[in-house]
Amino acid sequence: MTRNAMIDEWYPVGIAGQLDAHGRKTALMGEPIEVGRGEDGNAKVTGANGRALPACIRYGHVWSSLGDPQKPLFAIPEADQPGRRLVDVGVVRVRCSPLRAVENFLDIAHFPFVHTDILGAEPHTEVQNYKVEIREDEDEVWATQVKFYQPQAAKSAEGGITTEYMYRVPAPTCSILYKTCPPRPGEWDVITLFVQPLAEDLCDVWPWMALFDDETPMTDLIHFQQTIFVQDRSILENQIPGLLPLDPGMEIPTRADLTSVAYRRWLKRHGYTYGAQLVAQ
Amino acid sequence: MKLYDYVLSPSCYKVRLMAALTGVTLDIRPVDFHPGVEHRGPELMALNPAGSIPILEDGDLVLTESSAMLVYLAAKAAPQWLGNDTAGQAARVQQWLSFSHRLTASLGAARLHEMLLRPGNIAVLQGQGTAALRELEAGLVEQQIRGQRFLASDRPTIADVACFPYVALAPDGGVSLDPYPAIRLWSRAIRAIDGFIEMPGIHRLHELKPEPVPEVGEA
Repeated sequence: MTRNAMIDEWYPVGIAGQLDAHGRKTALMGEPIEVGRGEDGNAKVTGANGRALPACIRYGHVWSSLGDPQKPLFAIPEADQPGRRLVDVGVVRVRCSPLRAVENFLDIAHFPFVHTDILGAEPHTEVQNYKVEIREDEDEVWATQVKFYQPQAAKSAEGGITTEYMYRVPAPTCSILYKTCPPRPGEWDVITLFVQPLAEDLCDVWPWMALFDDETPMTDLIHFQQTIFVQDRSILENQIPGLLPLDPGMEIPTRADLTSVAYRRWLKRHGYTYGAQLVAQ
Repeated sequence: MKLYDYVLSPSCYKVRLMAALTGVTLDIRPVDFHPGVEHRGPELMALNPAGSIPILEDGDLVLTESSAMLVYLAAKAAPQWLGNDTAGQAARVQQWLSFSHRLTASLGAARLHEMLLRPGNIAVLQGQGTAALRELEAGLVEQQIRGQRFLASDRPTIADVACFPYVALAPDGGVSLDPYPAIRLWSRAIRAIDGFIEMPGIHRLHELKPEPVPEVGEA
């Protein structure tokens, strides 16, 4: 393989609401880029040597690519439903592989130990069986019928409930979580993890949410999600090996890791290897 | 008592921790520090021209320095935390309260740079943080020789609460705590205090990992 398939994918590079004419210096897969607002008011992303990069604004963020995206940014139909509150959680930098950040987001088993008394609590540590598939038509990884006991699943949840989840990976560094919505049974809250790969072992993470919750102040929603993510951050920075292994070696997956196994298989199939370890150790 | 608070701020956590340890209930007013920069907005700048949080309000008293807030909470609810049994102890407490500002300016700024992309010269900040940690390690070793587990006494004081958060979160700013065994023991002792609360990045002690107890009959 001479060209990494991830070059042609879309990545988040900033919050749309914070664009300004000066531009903000950042990076994408090792290349310095600048993200600002052009004279026409649209997002303007410039790569090294001043070349103009593809840019679009969606889901509260600016998206760009170093290559030539073959399809538009993935759809989140729920994001356009009326009545949802859209939450820009803000960037958090993590010294880890962008793929590790996504993989951690897909994991349920760590909830009682890392997000104690919020997303999980001992002794309710069991991960019940759930379904995982790579959907061929959409070319996405999906996990469904995920259930977990949570003391405080969302800011709008009072007391413990068994929460149902669905996970979706539509792009190598993006994942969308659909979660039981306490105030609106029958609908799903949407919580996303958009990851900007700065380098193979460094990323900026832009969580974003589209929730049915008319009660909770916006700042509380932001702080809830920042709390969860920063609880993960120190774990992510200490994982070994740093790059995500795509072949079994030092890491032995268990049944609870089915989503991670499917994610790794899907990455390998597409040659999405930026941030991955290819030779088993 | 109203605390203008940010959940990821170690300085705000000092006040929440002190309140929890002294049994004071705070009325928490969350501030959108990141990404909203609300602490630099007109409402909070009118309250604190320095543009920093935490801010603690109690009646007509407005405090903007976290060390002063620790003193206030302790004096009001649990004076033993002031640590002023002797002149030497009171002075040690003041020494570490002042020292804690160096932790904020070095380890705290390194953490903001590495985590929330705030500006700063990271190599300089990490270097200053390392120097401060070495000083703290030496101070704790001297305390151990005196038979005392905490910074100013054999029991915790506001000095420990003032220094603990930025030290415990040093790895967030890329500064390892591995070289400092006295700091790790001290951190464990603080987390074992009744009423201790955590913040993101600082974990509670796990009940399955109690302090080792020598078995009966062991020499």
